Amino acid sequence: MKHLLSIAELGRDGLEELLDLTDSMIEVAERRIPKVPALRGKTVVSLFYEDSTRTRLSFETAAKRLSADTMNFSVSTSSVKKGESLRDTVLTIEAMGVDAIVVRHPSAGVPWQIASWVDASVINAGDGWHEHPTQALLDSYTIRERLGSLTDRHIAIVGDIKHSRVARSDVFAFTALGAHVTLVAPPTLLPPSLEGWPVAVSHDLDSVLKTVDVVYLLRMQKERQSEALLPSLREYTAQYGLTRERARLLGEDTLVMHPGPMNRGVEIAAEVADLPRAVITRQVANGVAVRSAVLFKLLSEPDGGSDA
Amino acid sequence: MAERERRITPPYGGVFVARKRVMDAEAVRRAVTRIAHEVIERNAGLTDVVIIGLQTGGVPLARSLAETLERIEGNGVEVPCGSLDVAFYRDDIGLRPVMPEAVTSIAVDLTGKVVVLVDDVLFTGRTIRAALDALTDYGRPKAVQLAVMIDRGHRELPIRPDYVGKNLPTRRDEAVDVHSDGVDLGDMINDRKPRP
Repeated sequence: MKHLLSIAELGRDGLEELLDLTDSMIEVAERRIPKVPALRGKTVVSLFYEDSTRTRLSFETAAKRLSADTMNFSVSTSSVKKGESLRDTVLTIEAMGVDAIVVRHPSAGVPWQIASWVDASVINAGDGWHEHPTQALLDSYTIRERLGSLTDRHIAIVGDIKHSRVARSDVFAFTALGAHVTLVAPPTLLPPSLEGWPVAVSHDLDSVLKTVDVVYLLRMQKERQSEALLPSLREYTAQYGLTRERARLLGEDTLVMHPGPMNRGVEIAAEVADLPRAVITRQVANGVAVRSAVLFKLLSEPDGGSDA
Repeated sequence: MAERERRITPPYGGVFVARKRVMDAEAVRRAVTRIAHEVIERNAGLTDVVIIGLQTGGVPLARSLAETLERIEGNGVEVPCGSLDVAFYRDDIGLRPVMPEAVTSIAVDLTGKVVVLVDDVLFTGRTIRAALDALTDYGRPKAVQLAVMIDRGHRELPIRPDYVGKNLPTRRDEAVDVHSDGVDLGDMINDRKPRP
């Protein structure tokens, strides 16, 4: 495996291999000295064309736990401001001798484009509305850690599915690992077509909550209101928010998840986010381990991996 | 462990075919018992002794050594036993596919302990080199000793075992397989192309 571009290309075996490898990375994280020499001499650069704190920090920490060197390319303070093209930026970075490029970009498909230009491994850290594979891996890992396995589990993904790369990657990862997924959203926030999505759809959160093992809330972006996709955030919360009252409908062991950053009081009530069943900070911790697993898998391959 | 690694090392990829049984289960059991007595003698008891098996071949041997030690010494003495996977410390990452086989499990701080590393086959010594590096991340042992069931020679590093089940002269291209019924000497037969 040379690149990690999408969950769709990983398949069930690829997913499971990375989740198993994550077990070893968790063990590393729990040690007195949480660092191994596995990727000494490798350089990982993060190239983010969108704001992100947690994903960037998470990748940086993941690389450092494996003793790789890290570089940061921050678009807002770089020559991109002076009009440099994506291709020139990427070739410049590659010329400095990097082994992996972690890329986030507002346009879908950019990681594939970059992969076609460089010899380095490319990791998709979010491309437009398309995919965010490491988020889906850390979500799958967190569910597996808490519930043992995803097989035949019922997972509700609630919120702005249409504009969410997290939802898309999660749907493919969860279903590939044997879970059943129900999307819960207002019709305006569902993709225009769900053809090829192995999911059920509901507009009634209350009835879905009673049967799920996991409820996964997506971040509601305030812009959706100005785009007239929502009447108001208050109405969204009333129908689709995980309020304190709704949280009582959940089964004893049902997990509450969120990719962050949370809008407390919109998609999730402040108190609900702090319940023991809310594994949101565990997701963050697991994110580092999952990203270590991805970096090790890609960068430990002989000859830097084949394209196959 | 060395043999497992060779199994997945291009161009060696293949399956192990046994040619000769060099130890049966009874002989392995006797060797473990003798090694247990040697460990107790060398360390004048079992104070601070920790047994750590190398994934995957050393782990069952380590367990059986720890149980034997507890039985011989008696008085309800407990010998801590852990397992170590050295994948992240190997010197051939990037030269061949390296993946952890199992999760390391070391529950005690190793500072001040006498660690007895256990592996099935001692070959080039590179796994042990990696293991010595890995151990330092779990503390600073007072001493590290090495127990192996088979020493087959061909060392590439200045490493020697403290306890040996059996010295087995081999050719470099032969293979040794330690399993629950004993120890076989044989060959790796190529049944597939090297990995792409």
